[in-house]
Amino acid sequence: MPDTDPARVTVLVNGRPEEVRTEPDTALLYVLRNHLGLKGTRFGCGLGLCGACLVLIDGRPAYSCDTPLWAVQDRDVTTVEGLGAPGRPHPVAQAILDGQAAQCGYCISGVVIGAAGLLAENDDPSEDEVRSALDRNLCRCGAHNRIVRAVLAAASALRASR
Amino acid sequence: MTATSPELPPSLAANPRLGGWLRVLPAGVVEVRSGKVELGQGVLTALAQVAADELDVEVARVRMIAAATGVSPDEGYTAGSLSVQHSGSALRVACAEARAIYLGAAARRWDVPADVLTVRDGTIAAPDGRSTSYWELADDTLLDRPATGQAEPKAAARYRIVGTSVPRMDLPDKLAPRSRYVHDMALDGMLYGRIVRPPSRGATLIDVGAGPATALPGVVTVVRDGNFLGVVAEREEVALRAADLLRQEAKWQEQPTLPDEDDLPAFLLAAPAETSVLAESAGPADPQGRPAVRSHQAFYHRPYLAHAAMGPSAATALATPSPAGNADAVLLEVWTHSQGVYPLRRELARALKLAPDQVSVRHVEGAGCYGHNGADDAAMDAALLALAVPGRPVQVVWSRSDELGWAPFGPAAVVRIAADVNAHGDVLSWRHEIWGNGHATRPGLARPVGLLAASHRDGGEPIEPAADPPLERGGGAGRNAVPGYAFPAYRVVNHRLSVMPLRTSSLRSLGGFANVFAIESFMDELAAAAGRDPVEYRLAQLADPRGRAVIEAVTRRSGWAGWTPSGSSGHGIGYARYKNSSAYCAVVAEVEAVTEVRVRRLTIAVDAGLVINPDGAENQVEGGAIQAASWTLKERVRFDGLTVTSDSWDRYPVLRFSEVPAVDVEFMPGHGNPPLGVGETAQGPTAAAIANALHDAIGVRVRALPLTGEQIVAAMPD
Repeated sequence: MPDTDPARVTVLVNGRPEEVRTEPDTALLYVLRNHLGLKGTRFGCGLGLCGACLVLIDGRPAYSCDTPLWAVQDRDVTTVEGLGAPGRPHPVAQAILDGQAAQCGYCISGVVIGAAGLLAENDDPSEDEVRSALDRNLCRCGAHNRIVRAVLAAASALRASR
Repeated sequence: MTATSPELPPSLAANPRLGGWLRVLPAGVVEVRSGKVELGQGVLTALAQVAADELDVEVARVRMIAAATGVSPDEGYTAGSLSVQHSGSALRVACAEARAIYLGAAARRWDVPADVLTVRDGTIAAPDGRSTSYWELADDTLLDRPATGQAEPKAAARYRIVGTSVPRMDLPDKLAPRSRYVHDMALDGMLYGRIVRPPSRGATLIDVGAGPATALPGVVTVVRDGNFLGVVAEREEVALRAADLLRQEAKWQEQPTLPDEDDLPAFLLAAPAETSVLAESAGPADPQGRPAVRSHQAFYHRPYLAHAAMGPSAATALATPSPAGNADAVLLEVWTHSQGVYPLRRELARALKLAPDQVSVRHVEGAGCYGHNGADDAAMDAALLALAVPGRPVQVVWSRSDELGWAPFGPAAVVRIAADVNAHGDVLSWRHEIWGNGHATRPGLARPVGLLAASHRDGGEPIEPAADPPLERGGGAGRNAVPGYAFPAYRVVNHRLSVMPLRTSSLRSLGGFANVFAIESFMDELAAAAGRDPVEYRLAQLADPRGRAVIEAVTRRSGWAGWTPSGSSGHGIGYARYKNSSAYCAVVAEVEAVTEVRVRRLTIAVDAGLVINPDGAENQVEGGAIQAASWTLKERVRFDGLTVTSDSWDRYPVLRFSEVPAVDVEFMPGHGNPPLGVGETAQGPTAAAIANALHDAIGVRVRALPLTGEQIVAAMPD
């Protein structure tokens, strides 16, 4: 069938209103990746079980793979691209680079979002608090401990910058 | 100059043209092409270091070109912890020769002897102050010649970049983030494909009502070929909806084909198998003539394990019809995270009845790759869909349930070890026996095509039961089955199953995981029976000084001798030299067992010879150990008679952040030894160390993985 004109939906992503044409029950993930070209948000499982697709919705980490587009109308969506600026990565992303805290990197956007969400609420977390906040993210390469160290380093950097 | 030297490293001998390995660009860049691919292990960075050091340029000038057929050297598969050994040694010799050739060009220009010239970051200087550079002299014809091996590579003592922790070249893109994964490709006019796999292993597609799916706006076509069913759509969300509709409408005839998972060891022991003696040594009964006084034996078991990468398998393909419209002259381009672009090209050509030069395959990174996963299969899926819509690229991404359910698994196995010991408990003779499927169904290894979709197509042959590489190439089921200890006599027998209810293939460390788990558990059992300390017991029977050194280092670093047991905690050790020929690794695990087994700490000592990138190597060992801890504590592919049921993260749990142990890694000094791969060395020793620590904690010997509460209860004495 020809792709007849589906619904137009407006969504606020990284501070910009974006109009997309798709069915309102389309998962936010595909809107971000394909309609808006924001490929940093990744598909991992489609069931909200691995965290690769995390974005911030109104500042809180949420799974974009099982969030329908209609549910984010009038909400503020931040993707990993919206966290930093060119040449000025988010402190968590910078700390991950500094600590070489990744292997394949496929999980890392979701980790950055999850950690940024944590640090927005608590800029002085304990190691256990970091681990528990990151329990919604899976990592298969075994970069966990480096990631935890990087998040703690990012927390100190954030505190120092205030 | 002499003809091609027989001394060339094998990868270079097979791909001798220097210009195939590197190219100097006037812009001050060296392009380096390796046949090895980035799997998330950081190999391209390590290879860039090798090239930069030999050329005397800064590593930032090196641009690693992703492997592609027709462009890159053919180095087969990126597997077996051999990339640095294979590609690194080839690049070392090729770059040394390229350096000499460019120096020769400068020397001719100035009419001075080449050996008075120096190179610093690509700038060539003569003693009289004149200077030029690779970039000024850049000329592809200079390297358009076969390697001779005449230029002497640097001595290890002169390395400036090799041996330093150069940051990974791929990570800035991944953190920026810039598109880097095959999943992120967005080609002009690209369509989205999804595959509807059979609902079970033995299912046959009787009928599919494709009407509802094709009626969805945006669906381009439904492809059916035997039991292969897929859909192509303009948008990814439409492809997903259409695949769901097809799944609902498809009628399959199903029949049970899988063994009883609750009694998997019994199936493995009884299934038809080919038996072979892998290794045998009949030494004197005992050097001191002491008789055997006791015999011990035990059976160990590992389940099937899933690769379970964070990103599912994916690929993009484009079929371009010939200008004349001749269907036989189609050109097929494939973008894939396969471990081998050339083997995949040959297999796709074979499966699709095309000539190899009609197929081009390019590597684009995927999620972490730990062996033969679904990457090649996804490439075939994409190719089949692309051939149905010539002129438009099609991207296929597997579902999570297909990734956990249909990619090849690391094979389940039973290992039996029996030993006769003398009055001190020292081993006099050792027998190691393995039952299970082989570890190799990679494309190109057997007459039937080794691609999932090919086996589902009309007339497709089933994928042949897995084979095993020979022991001299590291072995499969037999990997690490030959004891590394100085036992006077041993015999290793493998029963390779000739039926394959679930497809198995290479998963990180292959048989080394089960064999080292079994051997090192059994060593602890023997030590306990003799009333001896597990470390002393091992050292007393281990002759290899490098092996002894890692055991001594890990016991020192972990405070083995000063360990004070408390309540429900325990510690244990595991040791192996990976493949009996690669890196040495000893692991001490500290566990706590209350309601479940928690690993608190892993202390690891590794001797990998020359380490190209210390931080990268540490990252690999640490990651390998954490993954092995996850396999050991949690992982087991579950299935019923029809199909795999552990097809989501909640049914195939892996270790999470709050469950991951502290990991502390020490590398032994290189002592001028050649580099050895480190990506797989910790797998077996970690499993054994954890099982031994669990025994130390609660006094229960669990011989079946994973070490869950259920298996612990089953292992308790009646």
